Amino acid sequence: MENYGVYAARLAPEIDGLAPGHRACIGCGEALAVRLACKAMGENVIVSNATGCMEIISSQFPTTSWDIPWIHTLFENTAAVASGVESGLKIMAKKGIRPDKGTKVVAMAGDGGTSDIGLQALSGALERWHDLLYICFDNEAYMNTGIQRSSATPMGASTTTSPAGKQSIGQKTWKKNMPAIAVAHEIPYVATASPSYPFDMMEKIKKGLAVDGPAYVHVFSVCPTGWRSAPDLSVRLGRLAVQTGVFPLYEVENGKYKLSMDMSPLRPLQDYLKLQGRFRHLSEGTIKQIQDRVISDYEKLKQKCACGYV
Amino acid sequence: MGKRIGIEVSLAIAEAAKMANTDVVAAYPITPQTHIVEHLAELVASGEMNAEYIPVESEHSAMSACLGSAVVGARTFTATAGQGLELMHEVLYVASAMRLPIIMAVANRALSSPLNVWGDQSDMMAVRDTGWIQIICENGQEAFDLTVCAFRIGEDRRVLLPVMIHADGFYLTHVVEPIEFPKQEEVDRFLPPNQFPLPLDPDKPVTMGAFTPPVMYTEAKKAQEVNLRASKKIILEHWAEFGKAFGRHYHPIEQYRTEGAKTLLLTLGSFGETAMTAVDKLRSEGKEVGLLKLRLWRPFPFEEVRQAVGNAETLIVLDRALSTGGPGGPVFSEIRSALYSEKKRPRIVGFVAGLGGRDITVAEFEKMVKRSSELAKTGGEQEFEMFGVRE
Ligand SMILES: Cc1ncc(C[n+]2csc(CCOP(=O)(O)OP(=O)(O)O)c2C)c(N)n1
Ligand code: SF4
Ligand SMILES: [Mg+2]
Repeated sequence: MENYGVYAARLAPEIDGLAPGHRACIGCGEALAVRLACKAMGENVIVSNATGCMEIISSQFPTTSWDIPWIHTLFENTAAVASGVESGLKIMAKKGIRPDKGTKVVAMAGDGGTSDIGLQALSGALERWHDLLYICFDNEAYMNTGIQRSSATPMGASTTTSPAGKQSIGQKTWKKNMPAIAVAHEIPYVATASPSYPFDMMEKIKKGLAVDGPAYVHVFSVCPTGWRSAPDLSVRLGRLAVQTGVFPLYEVENGKYKLSMDMSPLRPLQDYLKLQGRFRHLSEGTIKQIQDRVISDYEKLKQKCACGYV
Repeated sequence: MGKRIGIEVSLAIAEAAKMANTDVVAAYPITPQTHIVEHLAELVASGEMNAEYIPVESEHSAMSACLGSAVVGARTFTATAGQGLELMHEVLYVASAMRLPIIMAVANRALSSPLNVWGDQSDMMAVRDTGWIQIICENGQEAFDLTVCAFRIGEDRRVLLPVMIHADGFYLTHVVEPIEFPKQEEVDRFLPPNQFPLPLDPDKPVTMGAFTPPVMYTEAKKAQEVNLRASKKIILEHWAEFGKAFGRHYHPIEQYRTEGAKTLLLTLGSFGETAMTAVDKLRSEGKEVGLLKLRLWRPFPFEEVRQAVGNAETLIVLDRALSTGGPGGPVFSEIRSALYSEKKRPRIVGFVAGLGGRDITVAEFEKMVKRSSELAKTGGEQEFEMFGVRE
């Protein structure tokens, strides 16, 4: 279809929980992801947001970008705050103190706030089965504090605390599989998503909100500042991550894996890496090693999807 | 009037939270607080209490969940002790700065290391700058009464602050005392429903917890300081109302046999009763000794403390916490600073004792009085002493 790109944007809901005018860097994929998530969430939500880029760019007192009820308290506790919100709403509705308006509860955090410092609070909230949606906006490092590595930083990426050097390839560890950790809690809904596939992403946010019980959506969030990529390439990088198999899009509904789109045959990893300064130093040998791992991880994922349950 | 029953103080605190019609309890167990939260879980399980009990995975999450439930307007209660209070530390500042009326019982406990589950006031003192109202109880009746009052105080629109009710671990939490329970209707009459003025609500979206740059941070902190200080008057108002309704009267500082006393002891919490016995004994020997018991720790009752000290010549301050490498126990240094600008002030002697569950007997209080006069004579009162250390 001609001009689909122009037409498609009109299909997105007009409401903006995250209003324009915030202070994110030009080309910030995380801000785009949050905005799309808010469009999908609608207005009947309460959001608990961890410390990180998204909180900082949207909330400098006395201004705010939020058009929905929103609370930020600390870095590692957003899931716990959200579980308090959910329990509070539930009991007050039961006691008739506050009307039940069907308000949904959403917790948001970066990859650091999720897979590192906030992992315990998240695990607790999932295990206790609070009816909430947790969204991790993964830009693969602690960006807010200046591009330090997290456990979600990919192998080989140079960050300020995993710098590339004569004795270092940059990040020395494989990216933590956070969605699999969420799946291990046997919650009803887990998904990966990317704002480069906006409708797929919004659908997943809606599903996560709709299920009874906890849901987890892991959103790929390109960060031109931290990845040293051109700001106008953010959407393309998001697509390349999917097309190369670096960040496959899938859902896990009640334990059942399903690829949202199969990208095989995968594009060569280099198509993705070469656009980012954080990988510039990598030798061919290391790239090969990472390429092999991407392929084998993708195959493993496809096997999970083939047999459905794991 | 309700009825008087013999009950463990921990359970009485839980009963107070129940009678206050608490909506949400988020708690993590730690000795010596466990009996409080176990009892609450039991009350919820049996249906006697209509509340959500969130069995969180840590104290950090306990207090964080409390933030969440308080910010949607639910009446919120938790309890902790020692390490748990320390794990909550950063969250405590958020609760007070966001003006969320969370009520928390603290079973005062020593801090590791070495690991020690017994009582002292190290945990309570470590959180004295977190912006909470801090009230300490001497006995079980107080623990019950002041917990009920805490909801009315914290949720008062003019206050809107979290409140800690401190009960010394084991010495108070684990003893069985006769406690007078009011009737439910009486509590309901005393305690209006929680009406948090700005709950998170999609119908009226607000942003809570915006980050604040240097141009505004000081102003935010000043507002908090003014608010916490101003809460003293309102605390007194509610305690007076409680007195009218239930006949038990509470003040920021209690005086015991202080008439004409040349020497005053000052204690916080459960050792007050032992000190009373010591004072009785010393008085019967003709010594002019009296006792001050500080109940309100934050906001610090400067006026009341100055007044209560009056014309005493020597003031002995007992601390159950150590400000390691500092100017003496926290209570000692704060009292000394509160009296510094007085024209006529007593010699102030500080003893640190009763750490990690070590008992302080009547005889030891007597020894402290004796030792204080020795120190006063040599000018040694400038220093504090760790009392009863086995060499
Ligand atoms: C207890 C605590 N430790 C450290 C910090 C400092 N800090 C704030 S945000 C942040 C990193 C955030 O990274 P991430 O969660 O990935 O979010 P991003 O900024 O990348 O979106 C760090 C380290 C903090 N605020 N609190
Ligand atoms: S540092 Fe990255 S994630 Fe943070 S605002 Fe800038 S582009 Fe977005
Ligand atoms: Mg990040």
